[in-house]
Order: sequence, then structure tokens, then C-alpha cells
Amino acid sequence: MHPFFHLLQRDVRLASRRPLDALLPVAFFVLAASLFPLGVGPEPQTLQQIAPGVVWVCALLSAMLSLATLYGGDYADGSLEQMLLSGHSAVLLTLAKALAHWLLTGLPLLLVAPLLGVLFGMDADPIKALCLSLLLGTPILSLFGGLGAAITLGLRNGAVLILLLVLPLCMPVLIFGAGAVAALQSGISPAGHFSLLAALLLLSLLGVPVATAAALRISV
Amino acid sequence: MNPLPRFFTFAAPSRFYWLAGLLLPWLYLLAGALAAAGLYIGFFLAPTDATQGDAYRIIFIHVPVAWMSMVLYLAMAGWAALGWAFNARMASMLARAIAPTGAMFTFLALWTGAFWGKPTWGTWWVWDARLTSELILLFLYLGYMALVEAIDDVRRADLAGALLAVVGAVNVPIIYFSVRWWNTLHQGASISMTAAPKMVSTMLTSMLLMTLACWAYAFAVVFARARAIVLEREQSSEWVRALARPLSKVKL
Amino acid sequence: MMWNSVGDFFAMGGYGLYVWGSYGVVAAWMALEPWLVTRRHALAVRALDELHADEQEFSSGGLV
Repeated sequence: MHPFFHLLQRDVRLASRRPLDALLPVAFFVLAASLFPLGVGPEPQTLQQIAPGVVWVCALLSAMLSLATLYGGDYADGSLEQMLLSGHSAVLLTLAKALAHWLLTGLPLLLVAPLLGVLFGMDADPIKALCLSLLLGTPILSLFGGLGAAITLGLRNGAVLILLLVLPLCMPVLIFGAGAVAALQSGISPAGHFSLLAALLLLSLLGVPVATAAALRISV
Repeated sequence: MNPLPRFFTFAAPSRFYWLAGLLLPWLYLLAGALAAAGLYIGFFLAPTDATQGDAYRIIFIHVPVAWMSMVLYLAMAGWAALGWAFNARMASMLARAIAPTGAMFTFLALWTGAFWGKPTWGTWWVWDARLTSELILLFLYLGYMALVEAIDDVRRADLAGALLAVVGAVNVPIIYFSVRWWNTLHQGASISMTAAPKMVSTMLTSMLLMTLACWAYAFAVVFARARAIVLEREQSSEWVRALARPLSKVKL
Repeated sequence: MMWNSVGDFFAMGGYGLYVWGSYGVVAAWMALEPWLVTRRHALAVRALDELHADEQEFSSGGLV
């Protein structure tokens, strides 16, 4: 089996041994989103209006939660160094890691999002748009998150530093993701937003793994 | 020693230290002279604006510092990348020297922007494309500074910072474009800071002079900071050791 | 020259707070930053002195 799938399988298997750990970001996602009605008031109009932005921001923050351990575990026990020395492509390594992160964090967030949509009183069509935007956007978050994790590998305050480094880079994703749903809610076609999200996804797939591989070589 | 400077001559910390020290007073002087000229034209020759009154004169400092904040980010990313590509620590030191000054220019752009917005648009802050992008640029600077401070290994910090700066530089156009898109869609908050008064030639001259003044100032401060960084990092080299004075001669 | 008096100049047509609030902060910063950097340089030189005091002590054959 190609090393790419080996790595993927390994990461998923390791995470499945600690299912609660793996689901913490999802729990945070729901919790954080639930705070907004408490803070803003339960008026349905307001909630419907802020829903896309709130769900997206919470998804962004939740996706960042599980990043510190993305490379940290392998770095601590020396296996990361072995992987980099193995002669296999470091770019494929970073892609596998990003995909694993998406399967374990991004995908669960995507699956739980409709629930949040209902909590915020969104209609069926906006919820579908929300899910599509998350489908396109969360992989980008995993990719940039992996870059942040690789750059801050082994640092004391790595977890918070990742947030500071990665969140500015993810702002376009937030803008187009939440914007797509908001556009649909106000009757405009979200096609432009989705196209731009897809374009960002393609660009990230092409560029970010290369940068992440370079970051790993610097950090290890 | 080869009398003609080669391309990498000043990549040696010792030579940079010497050159920067030589240029420093002249750079400050240049900055002062250009600022004096620019401010004179801006405050005494440029006419009062019909719609904004004299508040528009903030433009003579707001636009230069905003431009500098962007130029310095590119310079920082460029020097950091050179330090990475050529394994030249002097380039990385220069990048580190630029960061705090760049961050301050960004803050000043936001501050002067707010002070310009209040009398003209009635509010201290407006989420328009330019100011929002400037805010994000501030976060990019702070991220770079936080990253290089957090890494103990100096060379790893240099390289990691370079990667981050380059990724940031590539992302800046994407971020700016997406913020402009976002801003034009939300028509309510579309009052834009870009509605500058119709530019008369005296206004343009003043802005240009002030920009050059800020540039000279930035050169001066960055060079001075880079000299300090060189001393901090190159402690084990001969030429730096020779700079140490005997303690008996040092006033404590 | 368009200012009828020094007072007019400082008032800036009623916008004095904003104009001088902007320029003031920039000027304050441009006075502070060079001083901070000079101080950093001086501290670096001082650290050098202390670092190599022992070396000089050794080479001069006793306390300097």
C-alpha cells in the first residue's frame, strides 16, 4: 500500500482509540455556537441573520483546536524524523496529515452543522448552502492548520501561536463561506462565492502542502 | 581586500554594521528635511478642502504611513526570503529589524485613519476594505514577531519567520480582494475611506515628500535596530569582541 | 499662507483635535522609536563589555 494511505490509516486508527479526544472539537463547536443566542438574545430574526457567520467562526476555531497534536505526537516519539528521512515525499506526508485532520475534525463539524442550522432557525436551503460551504472550506482550514502546526512544532505556546498565525490566512475562507449562505438568505445567488471557495481550495491544495513540507524540514 | 564592492559585500555583518553606522545620521537628517518640506507645503500651501475642511490634512500623514506599512511588509518578506535562499544571516537579521517598525506604521495607519474618519464620516471605525485589510496586516506582522520570538534556535526562527512572511505576502492580495468583495456586498457599511478630496498638485507634492520622509525614517530606524541585532547575535566573532571596551573605562 | 493667526492654525477649522491627534501620535512615536533602538544598541554594547571582561582580565594578568 502506498505510504500515503498507510499514514492516513495510521492517523485515523490512532485517533479512533481515543474517540472522546477526537470529538472534543465537535463538542466545542456546538458549545461555542450555543453561546451566541445566550449573548445576543433568542429573537429568531437576529439568530437567522447571524447564523452563517456564527457557525462559520465557530467551525474555524474548532478546526484549529486539534492542530497542536497533528505533528506533535509523531515529533515527540521521533517517528516524524523517520518519516522525513525515509525518502518518501514530504509533500505527500503533509497531504496525508491534512486529509486525516479533515476526516477526523472537519468532516464531523460538517455533519453536525445542520443541527446548528436548525438551532438557529435556518431554512432548509440555507442549511444546504452552509453544508456545501463547509464542505469546500474545512479542507482549506485543515491545510492551513497543518502549515501552522508544522511551523510551530515543539514550541511551548504552540497552540495559541497557531491561532495567531493561521486565522488571518483563513479570513478569505470565512468571508466567502459565510458570505455564500448570507447571500442565499438575502436572495442573491451564492454561485460566485462557491466558485471562489472552490478556487481557494484548489490553490491551497497546490501550494500549502509544499509550504508545509518546507516548514517540517525547518522545524525538525 | 578587493576595493570594488561585490554583490554580497554587505552581507557580512561587520561590513553592514560599518555602512549602516555611516549612513545613520544622514538618513535621519534626510527624513527631517523631507518632512519639514512636506509639512510646510501641506499645511501652508495646500488649500483647504471644500467638503472636508482642514481635517483632510490628515491625508498627508495617513497615506504615507499606510503605504510604508505595506512596503515594509514586502521588504521584510523579501529580506527573510533572501536570508533563507542564500543562507545569509544578515538578511534575516534585517528582516527581524524591519518587523517592529512595520507593525508600528500599520498601527499608525489605523490610528490616523480612525482620526480622519471621525470628523468626516462621524465614526471612529468603519469596516471598509482598506482599514480592514490594514488590520489584518497588523495581525500578520504580530504573528511574524511572535513566531520569531517563540523559537529559541535562532536559525530555525529565521527560516520559520521567512516561510511565514512569504506565505503572508502571497496571501495579502487574496485577503485584500476578498475583503473588498465582502465590503461591497454589505452595502450598509460601504462608506469608504478612499473618498479623498480632489487632489491638487500641492497636495500630491506634500504626500510624496512625506512618503519619502517616512521611507528615510524607516531606513534609519531599521538600520539602527539591525546594528543592535548584529551586536546581540554575533557576540562570538572577532570584530565584535574588538568593540568591547575594558570595564575600567566603562561608566557604570 | 492662509492662516490668519497662530490660533487659526492650531484650531484647523475646528478639526484641531483630529489633525493634531494624528500628527501628535506619529511625531511622538518617531521620537520614541529611535530612542528605544539607541537604548537597545547601548545595552548590547554593555552586554559585550561584561561578557569579555574576564577575557581582558586574563590577558592583562590581573584585575583590570
